[in-house]
Amino acid sequence: MTEKKRYYTEEHEWVEIIEGNTARVGITEHAQEQLGDIVFVDYTSDLQEVAVGDDIVTVESVKSVSDVYAPVSGTVTKQNEQLADAPETVNVSAMDQGWMIEMEISDPSELKHLMDEEAYQAFLAEEEA
Amino acid sequence: MAELKKTPLFDYYQANQVKLVDFGGWAMPMQFSSIIKEHQAVRQSVGMFDCSHMGEILITGPEAETYLNSLVTNDISRMADDDVQYNIICQDDGGAVDDVMVYRFHAEKYWVVCNASNTEKVWQWLKENKKNQHVELENVTQTVGLIAVQGPQAEMVMQTLTTFDLKTLKRHKFSQSLSVGEVADVLVSRTGYTGEDGFELYIPAQETPSVWEQLLKAGTLACGLGSRDTLRLEAGLPLYGHELTETISPIMAGLGFAVKTDKQVAFKGQEALTHQRQAGPVKKIVSFQMLERGIPRQNYLVFSEKGQEIGYVTSGTQSPSLKKGIGMALVDSDQAQIGQQLLIEIRNKKIPAEIIKKPFYKKD
Repeated sequence: MTEKKRYYTEEHEWVEIIEGNTARVGITEHAQEQLGDIVFVDYTSDLQEVAVGDDIVTVESVKSVSDVYAPVSGTVTKQNEQLADAPETVNVSAMDQGWMIEMEISDPSELKHLMDEEAYQAFLAEEEA
Repeated sequence: MAELKKTPLFDYYQANQVKLVDFGGWAMPMQFSSIIKEHQAVRQSVGMFDCSHMGEILITGPEAETYLNSLVTNDISRMADDDVQYNIICQDDGGAVDDVMVYRFHAEKYWVVCNASNTEKVWQWLKENKKNQHVELENVTQTVGLIAVQGPQAEMVMQTLTTFDLKTLKRHKFSQSLSVGEVADVLVSRTGYTGEDGFELYIPAQETPSVWEQLLKAGTLACGLGSRDTLRLEAGLPLYGHELTETISPIMAGLGFAVKTDKQVAFKGQEALTHQRQAGPVKKIVSFQMLERGIPRQNYLVFSEKGQEIGYVTSGTQSPSLKKGIGMALVDSDQAQIGQQLLIEIRNKKIPAEIIKKPFYKKD
């Protein structure tokens, strides 16, 4: 299997193209570590069309509440049902099983504004310095 | 960021890369591993907390008892030597300056343990209200380290470190000058803030890391402020700045058990509190549980079933033991009956909740 290409935001979300213009969105390993024990993943109920920066999910840890934003524009097609009963999946597997939504990207050129793996790692290193 | 105050365990935290947060001006750990894991350790086995940021003020002198009794709501004259008593220091209008634990060594020596962020305020308050009574005050916060060992296995683990028979130490009593491991002169009280059995160890500051490490070796899990908050909330215990403030009196907070309005010594706030007790407070603190998925947080608005705004959440969390949202709220007293249905506004949605009796979590 070839490694899938991921894109990252400065708010610590990731986007991964899984097929055609279909992408999955989640939060990064760094983000889940910062949040600590995640106890609730709350979806904005009637979510469909989203633009860059719209709230798509609210993640609650024991201590805090954080919003996850749409990294690109498009149509939300799926929510990760598993997170309703097992929100801790995000702690265990933020980059894989803990994905949050699937969406059809409306404008793939928006991905160019996001960071690739290397740029994100550099961004993290700088943020922590 | 201003320079943060350090507890005696600061070097230990640095050496072990424990992440610290600004807590009321102190550099404190929010968690060591995971808040839920630490919470469960205290409920099921044993955990410990660095509470060295709390303040200790020593009160000595021939008039120590009457002086203290004139400033706190509970009745100091009912205390015997080696007793620990929960108390609230109030303003004239009944609002709380702080809630404190009073330790009686003997009739002429007490110490008051206060909340970290209130230590300076309490210290000034005690000095300003001394008038010409024969008492000496000393703020010994910096010289004292404090570790709280909490959980059903607290006694068993602590007993491996001391020859003192801990079975003889009853709830809300303390004993001076115990040896804990290689450290002498530890004051140990059977008290805590988690709803579990446990001890609080007052240790000379420089010896505190040694006791911490011995407790770790004995199998105690290091816990941070995050689990301290979920544990105290499940136990229904108030936190100053949330359920008790300068505008929320102990009567409003449901802490009437610690307000002896008819005691012999007149005390600050007595008139206001007596009046509140007789007339009933306009607002009071209630405990509630969510009936649907949703986590209440501080300052979220509370509505009656009919949709009328009746108050706000003072503390809230997802209970790790009960796996549901729980909280406390300040609401209109006529809407504060056990069993009453409420609506908590969470992100523009009103989620049903119900007023219940505290504590949320009770040991079998």
